[in-house]
Formats: sequence, structure tokens, C-alpha cells
Amino acid sequence: MIEFKNLKKSFGEKVILNDVSHVMDSGKTNLIIGQSGSGKTVLQKCLVGLFEPDSGEIIYDGVSFTDMTVEERKELRQQIGMLFQGSALFDSMTVEQNIMFPLDMFTTKNFSEKLKRVNEVLDRVNLPDVNKKYPAELSGGMKKRVGIARAVVLNPKYLFCDEPNSGLDPQTSMVIDKLILELTREFNMTAVINTHDMNSVMEMGENILYMYEGKKEWTGNKNDIIFSDNERLNDFIFASEFLQDAKDMRMLEARGKISDDRDMDELLKGKKLD
Amino acid sequence: MSNCIRCTIYSTINNLNWYTFVQLSLTQLKIKMLFFNHFGQYILMLKGMFTKPENMRMYWKELMHQCVEIGIGSLGIVLIISVFMGAVSAVQTSYQLVSPLIPATTIAQIVRDTVILEFAPTVVCIVLAGVVGSKIASELGNMRVSEQIDALEIMGINTKSYLIMPKIAACLITIPMLVVLSMVLGIFGGRLAGAATHIISTDTYDMGLLLNFVPYNVFFALVKAYTFAFIISTIPSYYGYYVKGGALEIGRSSTKSVVISCIMILFADYILAALLLDK
Repeated sequence: MIEFKNLKKSFGEKVILNDVSHVMDSGKTNLIIGQSGSGKTVLQKCLVGLFEPDSGEIIYDGVSFTDMTVEERKELRQQIGMLFQGSALFDSMTVEQNIMFPLDMFTTKNFSEKLKRVNEVLDRVNLPDVNKKYPAELSGGMKKRVGIARAVVLNPKYLFCDEPNSGLDPQTSMVIDKLILELTREFNMTAVINTHDMNSVMEMGENILYMYEGKKEWTGNKNDIIFSDNERLNDFIFASEFLQDAKDMRMLEARGKISDDRDMDELLKGKKLD
Repeated sequence: MSNCIRCTIYSTINNLNWYTFVQLSLTQLKIKMLFFNHFGQYILMLKGMFTKPENMRMYWKELMHQCVEIGIGSLGIVLIISVFMGAVSAVQTSYQLVSPLIPATTIAQIVRDTVILEFAPTVVCIVLAGVVGSKIASELGNMRVSEQIDALEIMGINTKSYLIMPKIAACLITIPMLVVLSMVLGIFGGRLAGAATHIISTDTYDMGLLLNFVPYNVFFALVKAYTFAFIISTIPSYYGYYVKGGALEIGRSSTKSVVISCIMILFADYILAALLLDK
């Protein structure tokens, strides 16, 4: 579990995080959503220690991260896996070397044990034959999956993903989302995911934090989001007519109003049902 | 009325002078603050390198990799520059020695001392500042921009120690070796050019090399080599590690690092000469 209390962060005079507090549950996919510039990435970077918050506290499973020494943070970071927006694979290394890198650095396994583990995680992310390829030879989706493989190779307790679906087509995005969801449950990780992809929100949103202008605006899960009356959240989530219609249908279903195909046709023609 | 206009003009000129003075002073202050800001961050970067390595074997591997990249990778250019430097020195020295009273062995002495004192350490290191420095700055800059450095930090690796320290150590190991090689090749280049252009025979040249040889010159050249190796590795590392932005900024930081390195090499060259060559 990750908890943060009263986090504040500014760059010069611009306030990015303004007194944000929340709890990220373990074994769940915790989403941070919001418009561009709402502070999602800065929040995530504060949680992993890439930025130091100006004030506030970050707690990992009851231990204060903000009060840790450099050595203690290093120990904790070995339990963190992160998938960056651009995958951040090491260009000069092959896929096998990229995934083996954390094993080389932090384990005393011999080469065959490390190779076995690399092949295990590559099978898990459905990329069995890319060991000898370089990142430049991979597609966007493949790079993300290699990034995930590298992030989970040491069985981390915490998984951070910064916009894992950016630049991917809807089908590949769903593959990535399902993979993250399965891995989170399989390894009982605390997954923290930045996204503004609504499909991901509806697929993975077990614990959602909506941020608006650096503040916590709304929290809930993917079921609550449909019925929320928070205006800013609704403007953000249901910006397109397609999603607005989808929301209307879900609400009507929930109220039991859609009973047969004739009702559906009426709705699709734009006529609201009573 | 004319007095009024004159007064207005004079007061405007005075105000402008005062305004310009203030602006210039503020600009100078800004430059000084920027210099101290960069210098402070540079020192903190060097200080931040000294932590216990997470895995000695991986650090050693990275050091060896950098020694190959920097040392072996620069061998070709050092070879070519050194031979031609020595050759040109021999030809130009011969051109300038117009008096028949001066023995031909002087050419060999001048080529030897010029190559050892200046050409091998300084000129070769300025070239290496361009070759090695731009490589280091652009590699680190690209890693910064593509979040590879952040990825290493998240894994719990001290990136200053893992990425920068091996580069500095590799430069301190390989660059003095390249300078020594350059000395040998430069002197040999002079011998070749002297024989090829019939300026000086090889026997006379070899005799001249042994005359009035001061071993201290080699020590001085190596002190310069180590100093310049430190400059060539640390300044581009600083500019690459702290780059912010995209491809344009990577290019700018690479260029800036080479320019600053060259200036610092020449500055250090003068300081070392003034300190160590004082009779």
C-alpha cells in the first residue's frame, strides 16, 4: 500500500501539486487520471522519488519514504518497477540484456538462471522470439511489453506505469491493460497507473484518483465513475458524444429502462426514454 | 526654447547612459551567477559520484566498455594527427632554419620538444575533446531525454556513479596512453617526413633526438595529459547529464561542452606551463 498526505510541489511560482492526499491499495490497479498539466506525472515522480515534494509525506507500507536516507531509498527502489511513457529501454542493449540488467545488478544468479527468468517474463508478456533484437527494431507495443517485462523481472511489490497506452492502437492498448491487470493480481502488486485513456479507466479502474489543477477532485472506481455527479469529472471523462451516449445507455440499463431492441433503437435515434 | 531642447537631449543621453550602465551591470551579475550556478552543480555532480557501487562486477564491466570506446575508438584519429603533426613540424622547422651554422640535428630536437611539450598533450587532447567529449555529452543527453537515466534511478542505481565515473576513469586511463603514443608517432612522423623530403637523414635525426633530452618534459606532458583527460570527461558529462529538452538541446549541449572543454584545456595548459615550467 502507498499512502501520501498533503503533498505539495511547485516549480518556481507554478504550483503543480496542491495538498494532495490519497491511499493506493495493494493488489489493485490504482489509476491517476486528469487533463494534461493536472500534475499526474509530477505526482508519480514524487512517489518514486525522482522529484522531492516541497512538503507532505509519502508512506510505503507504513514506512515513511520522505524520511528515508539515500541508502534506504535505494533498498526500497529495488522493490519498485516502472514502465515509462516511452518505455525507456536501453538503446545499446538487446531485449535480453535490457531485461537481464536488473538481474545482473541486484542478484547473484548465474547466467543460465538469469536467462531462464528472462525467457519466463518474455513468455508472460507474449514476446517469445525477440531476445536478440534491439529496441529500435521493435514496434511501440512490443517496446511497452519489454518495458513491462523489465519492470516485473525482479517481482517488485510496486509497479508504476506512466501512460502505458500512449501511442498505441486500441487493440494493443487493451492487450497492455489486460497484462498489467493480470500481473497486478498475480503478484499482488500495488500498481499505480497514469492515464487519460478512458478505455483503460473502464478496464482497470479499481481505485481512481481524478486530479484537477493539482488538487484531488474525485476518487472512486470504474463503476462509480459512470454515476458520478462531479461536473469536472464528467466533462473530462465524457468529452465525446460517443462516450456520453455510452454513459446514458449504462445508466438506463442500471435503471432497468432498456428492456428490448425497440427501446435501444429509440435511444440510438436520439430520443430519450422516460 | 533651444536651451530646453538641449537640456532634454542631454538629460535623455544621461538617462540612457545610466540605464545602459545598469543593464550591463545586471547582465554581468547574471553571467557571474550563472557561472557559479553551473560550477556549483558541477561540483555536486562530482561529489555525488562517490557512493558504494551496487555491484562491482557491473561497474568494472562498464569501465572496460568505456576504455574500449574511448581508448580504442580514438586510436585511429590520434595516429593520423600525430604522424602528420610531427611531419609538418619537421618540414616547417627546416624551412625556418635558414642559417647554415645551425646543425641539422636541431630540427630533430625542435620536433621532439614541440611534440612532447605541446602537440602530443594539448593538440591531441583538443581533438579528443571534440571526439570523445561530444560522444559523452550526446550519449548522456540522449539517455536523459529518453528517461533511461530515470529508469536507472528507479532501479536504485546511482546514475552519477554508474554512468559518469567509468567515463572519467576510462579517460584518465586511456588518454595519457594515447598522449604517449602520440609523442612516439609524432617524433616518428618527423623522421619519416625528414627522410622523405631529404631535409634530414634518419641517422642525423636519431642523433638529434638524443641531444639535450630533458626527461622532465615527459613528466610535464603527462601532468597535462591527466589534467586534460579530467576536463574532457567531466565537462561533457555535466552538460549531457543535466540536459533538458529534446534533440535540439542535446545538440546544443554537445557543442557547448566541446567549446567549454577546449577553452578550459587551453586555460589549464597556460596555468600548468606557468606553474611547472618556471625556471
